[in-house]
Amino acid sequence: MTDSKYFTTTKKGEIFELKAELNSDKKEKKKEAVKKVIASMTVGKDVSALFPDVVNCMQTDNLELKKLVYLYLMNYAKSQPDMAIMAVNTFVKDCEDLNPLIRALAVRTMGCIRVDKITEYLCEPLRKCLKDEDPYVRKTAAVCVAKLHDINAQLVEDQGFLDTLKDLISDSNPMVVANAVAALSEIAESHPNSNLLDLNPQTINKLLTALNECTEWGQIFILDCLASYLPRDDRESQSICERVTPRLSHANSAVVLSAVKVLMKFMEMLPKDLDYYGTLLKKLAPPLVTLLSAEPELQYVALRNINLIVQKRPEILKHEMKVFFVKYNDPIYVKLEKLDIMIRLASQANIAQVLAELKEYATEVDVDFVRKAVRAIGRCAIKVEQSAERCVSTLLDLIQTKVNYVVQEAIVVIKDIFRKYPNKYESVIATLCENLDSLDEPEARAAMIWIVGEYAERIDNADELLESFLEGFHDESTQVQLQLLTAIVKLFLKKPTETQELVQQVLSLATQDSDNPDLRDRGYIYWRLLSTDPVAAKEVVLAEKPLISEETDLIEPTLLEELICHIGTLASVYHKPPSAFVEGSRGVQHKRLPPRAGSGESTESPDVGQSGPSEAPPAVIPSQGDLLGDLLNLDLAPPTATVPSVQPSMQMGAMDLLGGGLDSLMGDESDTVIKLSERGTAMPASLGGAPAVGGGLGDLFDLGGGVGMPTGSYVAPKTVWLLAMKAKGLEISGTFARRGGIIQMDLSLTNKAMSVMTDFAIQFNRNSFGLAPAGPLQVLTPLSPNQTIDVSLPLSTSGPVMKMEPLNNLQVAVKNNIDVFYFSCQYPLSLLFVEDGKMDRQVFLATWKDIPNDNEAQFQIKDIHLNSDVASNKLQGSNIFTIAKRTVEGQDMLYQSVKLTNGIWVLAEMRIQTGNPNYTVNGNKET
Amino acid sequence: MIGGLFIYNHKGEVLISRVYRDDIGRNAVDAFRVNVIHARQQVRSPVTNIARTSFFHVKRSNIWLAAVTKQNVNAAMVFEFLYKMCDVMTAYFGKISEENIKNNFVLIYELLDEILDFGYPQNSETGALKTFITQQGIKGQHQTKEEQSQITSQVTGQIGWRREGIKYRRNELFLDVLESVNLLMSPQGQVLSAHVSGRVVMKSYLSGMPECKFGMNDKIVIDKQGKGGTTDEPGKSGKQSIAIDDCTFHQCVRLSKFDSERSISFIPPDGEYELMRYRTTKDIILPFRVIPLVREVGRTKLEVKVVIKSNFKPSLLAQKIEVRIPTPLNTSGVQVICMKGKAKYKASENAIVWKIKRMAGMKESQISAEIELLPTNDKKKWARPPISMNFEVPFAPSGLKVRYLKVFESKLNYSDHDVIKWVRYIGRSGIYETRC
Repeated sequence: MTDSKYFTTTKKGEIFELKAELNSDKKEKKKEAVKKVIASMTVGKDVSALFPDVVNCMQTDNLELKKLVYLYLMNYAKSQPDMAIMAVNTFVKDCEDLNPLIRALAVRTMGCIRVDKITEYLCEPLRKCLKDEDPYVRKTAAVCVAKLHDINAQLVEDQGFLDTLKDLISDSNPMVVANAVAALSEIAESHPNSNLLDLNPQTINKLLTALNECTEWGQIFILDCLASYLPRDDRESQSICERVTPRLSHANSAVVLSAVKVLMKFMEMLPKDLDYYGTLLKKLAPPLVTLLSAEPELQYVALRNINLIVQKRPEILKHEMKVFFVKYNDPIYVKLEKLDIMIRLASQANIAQVLAELKEYATEVDVDFVRKAVRAIGRCAIKVEQSAERCVSTLLDLIQTKVNYVVQEAIVVIKDIFRKYPNKYESVIATLCENLDSLDEPEARAAMIWIVGEYAERIDNADELLESFLEGFHDESTQVQLQLLTAIVKLFLKKPTETQELVQQVLSLATQDSDNPDLRDRGYIYWRLLSTDPVAAKEVVLAEKPLISEETDLIEPTLLEELICHIGTLASVYHKPPSAFVEGSRGVQHKRLPPRAGSGESTESPDVGQSGPSEAPPAVIPSQGDLLGDLLNLDLAPPTATVPSVQPSMQMGAMDLLGGGLDSLMGDESDTVIKLSERGTAMPASLGGAPAVGGGLGDLFDLGGGVGMPTGSYVAPKTVWLLAMKAKGLEISGTFARRGGIIQMDLSLTNKAMSVMTDFAIQFNRNSFGLAPAGPLQVLTPLSPNQTIDVSLPLSTSGPVMKMEPLNNLQVAVKNNIDVFYFSCQYPLSLLFVEDGKMDRQVFLATWKDIPNDNEAQFQIKDIHLNSDVASNKLQGSNIFTIAKRTVEGQDMLYQSVKLTNGIWVLAEMRIQTGNPNYTVNGNKET
Repeated sequence: MIGGLFIYNHKGEVLISRVYRDDIGRNAVDAFRVNVIHARQQVRSPVTNIARTSFFHVKRSNIWLAAVTKQNVNAAMVFEFLYKMCDVMTAYFGKISEENIKNNFVLIYELLDEILDFGYPQNSETGALKTFITQQGIKGQHQTKEEQSQITSQVTGQIGWRREGIKYRRNELFLDVLESVNLLMSPQGQVLSAHVSGRVVMKSYLSGMPECKFGMNDKIVIDKQGKGGTTDEPGKSGKQSIAIDDCTFHQCVRLSKFDSERSISFIPPDGEYELMRYRTTKDIILPFRVIPLVREVGRTKLEVKVVIKSNFKPSLLAQKIEVRIPTPLNTSGVQVICMKGKAKYKASENAIVWKIKRMAGMKESQISAEIELLPTNDKKKWARPPISMNFEVPFAPSGLKVRYLKVFESKLNYSDHDVIKWVRYIGRSGIYETRC
């Protein structure tokens, strides 16, 4: 019999033919046809049209045919609920069949048909089957209750099936018990507080008895259920552990892991001075090691779990280092996990072996693995002080191989070693510097720059090295830029005489030519520090750094506890709580380890007690990536928030700074010429000359100096609008932004008073463009003292209009539980530039001519180091669209259009002379 | 629990798709194909999370088996189940191949319906399944009531792995102690890690419901007996016994009894099955020692000399010996001289393969090779994979000895003496590597 032929019929009119065959009188032909239908179903063809014909084949004594029809029903019943009712009678009849296999088949299938109407009919047969004389039927019915609960939970409760299910825990047949436990556990998961499982010493005893007798799968269900029980005292805990330990010798790895879970959890309750506690610890190691001779997929699951166990109880596997040595033919996912555990187990006793292995791995083929091995060597150095010297020399050997990624990885870890053991291994810096040119990864470049900056006084040509990085400053990634900035400032503070030019260069690159706010901020902070008080700068920038901690990559203790409760499951594989990857109510419950045994502390036996991390959780350093981030930022001791409010014109601020000791950094500056003579026709005459327009445009160009995202509109930094002393402790700072066509007011509310603030509300006075809040102020939580909340308030332009002086002035009232406060602020005009402000070329030409000269204004914007294309792009980000561009006598002429929310068009001609940082703008306005 | 199970061919076409839970849609089938089977990169994990759906997969030849779930399932159980599924399929129709799966798809659906209910694994012992799921589907209709209830009690019962009423004219059993010895040795001959993973495989052809008891030279048992005051010299028995690091048993073995008394008692399944697995790390007899010598002569030549020494009784013969000496990727030619057996350079495998049919204990043999290399400007050094070895020896490298296997069947009239018993020991190489 070759059933494969069913997969190959793909001709047209197939459904029609099948229909005929299904209705054939010949049994054989019918069966063939059903097989074809199932084959089509498997490959994803829609054969639901055959529903009535297939269901007609259901009434048969041929068990094979019946099963096929059932399979079809389970797939399509949902799409044809009315037709599915046709099948009910057969099901009900089958549930009464003499053959227990058929009774079970019927109840099993019925539960899989997710049609409301059918479930009603299911109740009676299910009730009977739950009390069937045959255990095979009962165990099937037990699972069916879970199925029904998934479809209609209320029905299951109303019909009292939950109680029947609970009764099945006392069934004489172990498999019935196991399935009942599985079903109850699943139902209980969706009712976290129902106490459905109601585990007590009697039921636990029943479960433990069934544990010895049921199938391997049943043992897993029971063990997983046991793990959620909380024993009353240490004695009960011990007696359960004693009855669970034999499972550690089961051939099924899942049984072993679930048993480990129960033991790890209940062990928490045992006093550490108990002999049994030590015995138990010893019993856990061998089965865990045995898991490593399973198939690779299971090894992977086991290793992910061992990783958790080693963090929770390092003493269990501390002598088993060798079994985690990587084999040449291990799949990569096993190799990487083994490596992780090797580092966790590394100690003074075994470090020599571990290092020899790691060095071996560093010559392998898989890039990820090699990188991780190199990184591991560094971690060993940090973890085991005695080995640091050997680790460093091993790393140097690896650098000599000149394999690009090995060198880079080595440099990254050597930087960490310097952080741990300052002033010890600096002799290797020369070797590192030789490899400067081969570094192409940001992390490695950043690490190298950090090293050069940190030890600038010992590197003769530190300035040359750093200068070489500076050439391509804009192509570097942010972390390299930040690091370079810090390193050069360090260098300057150490060797101020020779490096003044360099530091000016980097500060101007960071503050003026960068789009990255972090970089800009850091640049300004250094700038101010250096210009106001170089001594303070030295204290801050060259401050002593705290040593980094020994253990890295540890899982945060509360998460670790939760994951220990999930040993063996997906959560322990992902190292994430179930709520992170399970939808809905299931698994949201956070499991916790039982409280530690009471008097343990004082009576601890010294040999097992000291290494338990539960008593003294080590400071956790989140992950490698974050760690590095911290390291790099560490130089910058004062956080940005403590810097006084940023002034509106950053460039002006920067120039002020220059006066304080450093030479003029901006170079030759031309005169500032802003001629502005504008007159509106639609808007009253006073609009002309209003600072709003000039200021707005100036701000827009300020983004040429580095703020804002390249494609987004310009957002000014937040300024303080309402001082705390004027508003009973409430300080408000804010700015405006246009994001995706929506105007937003970004506010930071800070409570500087002693009492909690609540009930925030906001209102605007009438204003020139009808700005009004589009929704209430969303401050959901009370604002406690010294807390700051950031809110974004969407604005609309449909509010009442009244001309303000200046035009862009906005008067705001903010209310809270204490009082009402008023302040006024000014919004940039660019806030009102709409996205569809691109005028058609022809229309532009015509309009340009038609606008009377009176409506024209001219002014200059100075000191913009951008060419016309970049400028045009930046402006487009703020909805100023370039309609045309022409080049006349070395001057670029850009023609631009802007549309305001109230329908006013502004046309502009911008003249840009190459090499001249000043732009000339001719503005035209039209309604 | 498991939400669905899919089987794909190497192209990613679905051969079998069975969905158990409502939260798994048809698109899950495609998600796995696109993200795993058709992925450009090599698979980096056997568990994949795609859009909050987790996929567990195993591969058998070029067939992919994938279990799907959206819940926090017991991951170890899912993999154990997938292996079991493979075992069951193999027991029914032989090798797992696209052709066999297509030919038996109705049977597979029937099996999937039986062994996985709402995603919960049920009894998956082939012995039990074969009593009521058959390829022809004929059984079921003509069974008597007794037969039916016998089936159900077996499937759900305490002894789900054996049916009652088995009769043999000749009661016979075969015990195979199969060990694989694993070694990782440094070039200087230092043992970096070594362990034996062993299996005791039993073929039983016994009537009725026989109660069996298995005994071996387990150090703990023997020491205990020694203390009990038997006449054995303690020193002597200590030598003969072995320390077992850990062992696991077939589900027929009463684990609680093993835990308390360390005795292995059970009612065996009928036919062939694996009674136990064990692991030892102490006092392992390493049947062969490999001594490598690699010398780089300039940039374009390597000289390799490898000596193997057999380390067991001269009266015993090792078989199927194969030494695999890796060669660099830029090898242009190889000249080999060996004293014994045949050696060949296999360019496609980047290795010199040296085969010896038989070799007695306490002997030594040697191979030397000259490897010509193409000059390359590749900066990266050759990784020098370890030299690996395969062999088979007629003893257990762990030193394990079967002391007895007693059979009791009280209801039928045969005694332990009437059972014909065969024991054999085979030691094979697992991963037996020497770094060079």
